[in-house]
Amino acid sequence: MQELEQAVNRSVRVIPQGEGRVTIEKDLSSEEMILNMGPQHPSTHGVLRLECKTDGEVVTEAEPYLGYLHRCFEKHAEVVDYPGIVPFVDRMDYLAAMNSEFAYCIAVEKLLDVEIPRRVEFMRVIVSELNRIASHLVAIGTYAIDLGAFTPFLFCFRDREHIMSLLEWASGARMLYNYIWIGGASFDFPPGFKERTAEFVNYFRPKALELQRLLTENEIFVKRTKGIGMMPPDVAVNYGWSGPMLRGSGVEWDLRKHDPYSIYPELDFKVCVPDGKHSDIGDSLSRHLVRAYEMVESLSMIEQCLDKMPDANGFDPRSAIAKRIRPKAGEVYGRAENPRGELGFYIVSDGKSTKPVRCKARSSCFVNLSAMKELSMGQLIPDLVAIIGSIDIVLGEVDR
Amino acid sequence: MSMSLNSWSDALAQWLPLGLPVGLVIIAALPLVFIALYALTYGVYGERKISAFMQDRLGPMEVGKWGLLQTIADILKLLQKEDIVNRDADKFLFVIGPGILFVGSFLAFAVLPFGPAFIGADLNVGVFYAIGIVALEVVGILAAGWGSNNKWALYGAIRSVAQIVSYEIPAAIAILCGAMMAGTLSMQQFNLLQQGENGFMSFFLFQNPIAWLPFLIYFIASLAETNRAPFDIPEAESELVAGYFTEYSGMKFAVIFLAEYGSMFMVSAIISVVFLGGWNSPLPNIGTVLLNDWTTGPVWGAFWIIMKGFFFIFIQMWLRWTLPRLRVDQLMYLCWKVLTPFAFIAFVLTAVWEIYMK
Repeated sequence: MQELEQAVNRSVRVIPQGEGRVTIEKDLSSEEMILNMGPQHPSTHGVLRLECKTDGEVVTEAEPYLGYLHRCFEKHAEVVDYPGIVPFVDRMDYLAAMNSEFAYCIAVEKLLDVEIPRRVEFMRVIVSELNRIASHLVAIGTYAIDLGAFTPFLFCFRDREHIMSLLEWASGARMLYNYIWIGGASFDFPPGFKERTAEFVNYFRPKALELQRLLTENEIFVKRTKGIGMMPPDVAVNYGWSGPMLRGSGVEWDLRKHDPYSIYPELDFKVCVPDGKHSDIGDSLSRHLVRAYEMVESLSMIEQCLDKMPDANGFDPRSAIAKRIRPKAGEVYGRAENPRGELGFYIVSDGKSTKPVRCKARSSCFVNLSAMKELSMGQLIPDLVAIIGSIDIVLGEVDR
Repeated sequence: MSMSLNSWSDALAQWLPLGLPVGLVIIAALPLVFIALYALTYGVYGERKISAFMQDRLGPMEVGKWGLLQTIADILKLLQKEDIVNRDADKFLFVIGPGILFVGSFLAFAVLPFGPAFIGADLNVGVFYAIGIVALEVVGILAAGWGSNNKWALYGAIRSVAQIVSYEIPAAIAILCGAMMAGTLSMQQFNLLQQGENGFMSFFLFQNPIAWLPFLIYFIASLAETNRAPFDIPEAESELVAGYFTEYSGMKFAVIFLAEYGSMFMVSAIISVVFLGGWNSPLPNIGTVLLNDWTTGPVWGAFWIIMKGFFFIFIQMWLRWTLPRLRVDQLMYLCWKVLTPFAFIAFVLTAVWEIYMK
C-alpha cells in the first residue's frame, strides 16, 4: 500500500488551482533502477550484498542481504569443546580477534569457579587494547580508501604491522591468535615485550595525530562525511547499536565503564564521545572521530597497564586452567566491548559435558548493520559508501 | 610560421624517395610517436613509483633495475590476455569505445610544439583544436559505458560525461585568457611570444598580475577533464569497481589506460605551452652567463616541454594520492558555482589588463 502510494506520488503532480480545484499532471516517469552492490565489491568490506533501488543517483532503499560468509560458527560450537571454540571465535571478527576471545572467555568464566591471576588480567587487557588500535586502524584506513584517499590506508597498515609483530611475538600468530584461553592465556609475554610495547606507544602517538591531520582536517573528507548518515541517539539505542556507532550519536555508553569486566575499573580513561565541533553528532564523521579518539585512549590504557602489571617471576599463565573445562549447568550471557561494539555470547551449559549445549554469538556488526535500510534512504550512492565505511563492518562477524 | 634552425633537418625534409615524405616522417612523426609512447610508459612507471614513495613503500623493483621495465612487462602481459567481450554487450560500441578514447587523447599531440621546428601540425587555431579534441573522449566514454551492458559502467560513464562536459567551460575560458595575452591561438606563436632573455620571467604566468588565476583554474579543470583525483568519481575504485571500463580486459583495457596517461601528458603540455613557455628555457641570461642561450635549441626545446609536462604530471599524481575524491554533486558545484564565475572574472581582468595597462 505504501509502495503504491509512493509510486503514485512520484509519477503525478497535483497543482492547486484555487477555489478547491486542482490540476493533475503526469510527471515524466523515470523508473527505478535496481542495482546490486556486491557481493564482490571493493568497498563493502567483505561479501555484503546491498540491493539498492536507485532513482538516478539517489538511493531510495538499500537492503542488505547477508549470509555470504556464514560458516556455521554456532553449530561448530556445539560439537567442539569449550577451549576448542576459541579459534572459531577468532575467525568471526578476524580484525579484533583478541577482543572476541576476551568476550568469549568472560562468558564461560562466569559459569566456572576460576580466579584469573592478576597478571593474566593485565595481559588480556594489553593485547585487547592493542588489537583495538589495530582494528580501528583498519577501519580508518579502509574508510579513507573508500572515499578515494589512497595514502592514509597505507599509513594505517604500516602502523598496524608494528602491532601485528608485537602480537605475533606474544602469541605466535599475526592475526588469529588463539591467545586468550578460558582461565588464562596461552603464553606469557616474552622478555622485552613490555619495553617494545612502550616504544610502540611512543611511536604511534604522533602518527595518530598525523592521521588526524591527513583526514579529519581535510576539507574534502569532511565534506564527504559530515551530515551523512545521521542517526539520532534514541533511534540508535532502539536499534541496539553499541560501540563507536552509539558513541558517535552522542550516547555515552562504553561497556568498559558501564558494565566493567576484568581490571578496567582500575584504569583511568574516558568514554570518547564527539563534541560536535568538528562534526554533526550522529553523522559518519562523528563515528570516524570516535574511533580516532579511541585509539589514543587505548594508548594511555596500555601505558597504565604496563605500569601496574605485576612482574613475571616464573609465572605460568596456564596455571588456572583446568584440565577439562566443564562449567556448571546454567545459562549465561557475557559481553565485552569490541572495537565494533558489544560482542556477547549466550552460553547454555548442561553441567555434564565439555561441550556447550548452545553458544550463541550476539554480533555487534550484525546489529549495527540492521539500521542500514533506514540510514540509506535518500542518500546518493557515494554517500552509501561513506555510510557503510563508517559502520565498520566485518562480514565474518555479521554472518558468523 | 616555423623557424628552421638546422640545415640537416631542412635537408632531411627534402628527402622524398619515391615521392614519399620519408624524411618528414623521420624527423617529425616518428619522434612525436616515440615521445608519446615514452611519456606513457614512464608516466605509468612514475605514477607507481611516486605513489609508492608517498605511501612509505617501494613500488616496482623487480622487473629491470628499480622496476624500470615494469610498464613494458605489463603491456606484454595485457597483450597476451584473453579478449573478453560480454555476450550481452553491444559489440560495436564496446569495441569502438576505447578506440575513440585513444584517438581523442592522442590527436591533440599533433599540435603540441616540441621545439621551434618540431610540431606535428602548425595550425593557427592550435589551442582551439586541442580543447575541442578533448570533447571527442566523451563519445568514447559513453560508448564504452553503454556498450558494457553493466549498470555500474553506465553510472561511471554518465558521471564522467557530465564531468568532462561541464569542466570544459572553465578550462576553455582560462585558456582564452592565455590566448588574450598572446593575441593568437596558434600553439607555436605562444612559444615564440614567451621567448626572451629573462627566462621564466617572460612566461605568461609572470607577465600579468592576474595570470595565476586562469592558470589555477585550468589546472583544476584539467584534473577533471582527465578524470584524475580528486575528480576521479567516474573510475571511483571503491564505488564503481572501475567505472566505465569495468568490463574491459586485456588490450582494450591497456588502450584505455594509456589513453588516460596520454591525456594527462596532453593537458600538462597545454598548460605549460600557454602559461609556462613551452619549449622555452626557464633559465635567464644573467649578465655574461648566457644560460638562456645555452639551453635553447631544438633538442633543448623538446627537453624543456617534456620536463614541464612531467612536472605537472607529478603534481597531478601528488594530488591524486593525497586527496579523497569529491562526490558527484560537489564536483558539479565546484565547476558551476566556483570555477566558472572565477573564470569569467579572470577573463574580464585579463582583458582589462591587456587593453589598458599594457
